[in-house]
Amino acid sequence: MDLQIALLLGQDGITNGAIYALLALALVLVFAVTRVIFIPQGEFVAFGALTLASFQAGKTPGTLWLLIGAGVVVALVDITQALRSGALRRIPRIVGWNLVYPAAAAATVFLLKPGEFPLVGQIVLALVLVVPLGPMMYRLAFQPLAEASVLVLLIVAVAVHLALVGLGLLFFGAEGSRTPSFSDASFNLGLVTVSGQTVWVVSASLLLIVVLFVFFERTIYGKALRATAMNRTGARLMGISTVMAGKLSFLLAALIGAFSGILIAPITTVYYDTGFLIGLKGFVGAIVGGLTSYPVAAAGAILVGLLEAFSSFWASAFKEVIVFTLIIPVLVWRSLTTRHVEEDE
Amino acid sequence: MTQVKTVLEVEDLCVSYGKVEALHRVSVKVGEGQIVTVIGPNGAGKTTMLCSIMGLLPHSRGAIRFLGDELGQAEVEQMVALGITLVPESRALFGEMSVGDNLLLGAFMRHRAGHRDHERSMEDVFQIFPRLKERRAQHAGTLSGGERQMLALARALMAKPKLLLLDEPSLGLAPLIVKEIFRVIADLKKRGVSILLVEQNARAALQVADYAYVLETGEVALEGASEQLIDDPKVVESYLGLGGRK
Repeated sequence: MDLQIALLLGQDGITNGAIYALLALALVLVFAVTRVIFIPQGEFVAFGALTLASFQAGKTPGTLWLLIGAGVVVALVDITQALRSGALRRIPRIVGWNLVYPAAAAATVFLLKPGEFPLVGQIVLALVLVVPLGPMMYRLAFQPLAEASVLVLLIVAVAVHLALVGLGLLFFGAEGSRTPSFSDASFNLGLVTVSGQTVWVVSASLLLIVVLFVFFERTIYGKALRATAMNRTGARLMGISTVMAGKLSFLLAALIGAFSGILIAPITTVYYDTGFLIGLKGFVGAIVGGLTSYPVAAAGAILVGLLEAFSSFWASAFKEVIVFTLIIPVLVWRSLTTRHVEEDE
Repeated sequence: MTQVKTVLEVEDLCVSYGKVEALHRVSVKVGEGQIVTVIGPNGAGKTTMLCSIMGLLPHSRGAIRFLGDELGQAEVEQMVALGITLVPESRALFGEMSVGDNLLLGAFMRHRAGHRDHERSMEDVFQIFPRLKERRAQHAGTLSGGERQMLALARALMAKPKLLLLDEPSLGLAPLIVKEIFRVIADLKKRGVSILLVEQNARAALQVADYAYVLETGEVALEGASEQLIDDPKVVESYLGLGGRK
């Protein structure tokens, strides 16, 4: 291996690592707020990428039907509950978000031919379709189980993941898709050529991380989410409802997932089940941070990306094995260095 | 009790943990601008009563009325929106956040309801607790016990509650600080906040309260105006100890 190869691999590793870092942050966020280990994260990656690819192929993405279907179910469940508890003034909001919004999205897709949109428009529309699935998923699968144990929530998360992978196959078929790069530019930096897409991925990831940081540090809703993660009862006593915090964290996770998918779609061919593996690598990063520390999780995810890139050069057949084996020394190290604190819930 | 407007009325409240009944037909009333205290030994159900009023625990029987409206099994968030705030025994602070952020979140419900006056509320709260202003940027987890209780109270006040539920505000604090906390509680009354105060420190509680209930094994054993209870031989013997009044 000479320096040039090392730099190329490093570039590759950092590009993938940036994506894993975003996913790791989403996993830490969802776990801290809701105690759900968010296995379906990867499906948002795949759905984001494949929805964009569908637009570019001039097809109607299946995620539109999923959005409409999930919206109808959520509306039915919520309206029934509102009627039962006599909270009639909630109904316009429920109808607006779960029925009118998907209908408006459908109208946009059918009337405006997103295949002819500029790339930015297609990306926004893909996010518009995929991101609301996050809070809807929380409403249907996790909100009724808010008091359940971490293990039960994990089992449900696995079930949701399997269901979504199946739906992904149904919607997008077994063939993979790749979208064109955001930019064809490339830059010569001494020995190595940096592709425009790498610059896009890294800078978009950094930007998103900064935005998330500002959200959590500066806004009252961001602080409310952190408060829920620190002390659920205390947060409820301030009027921060567990349901709102859960939906908001799932919304952010879905946004991060779908956006990551859109970022990697030009680099790698995305299949309906690609997301799972990508999500798992983000999970390894999150585990390095003990599912609690955002910066360590992000650093761990970059490490995963680099490890993956270099092991694909030296031992490409064992690439995944090496990456996932990282979990074992990390867990041993963490179990030896962290004092276990009994959960008080 | 009859001439003041009733803020909170709890009637025949029953709460069970599984088969064990922790509260049995408890009725409590808090009038506007009053301090009402509930005293009693450990395990009498005082905290259970507050949690149940706040909606943290479901009740199996009875009614809770706030400003005349029956609430049913209300959610915590609904109670906060109505203007009821609970300061729990554990304080439930956000330890890894600054004092300022803890206070800001105290105004979360008001913020959601469209009020953008947390800066002014915070200045008001700093008037009552000047020490918190000095500690504004410090993490809540680094505060002393007394400062934590002050922060918990201050955070509750950020919601501008009509009714404040206080669970053992003197727990684990040094006598001087207990005195200060009770001075603040008496002060809040002057500002028009109605308070339901649960305490084990019966003497201090009776001194600030207008009306008092004695809770024993989940039932109201005794009630009356504080001045009467403070002289009641049963209360003196069980809760105020030898020496009675000073």
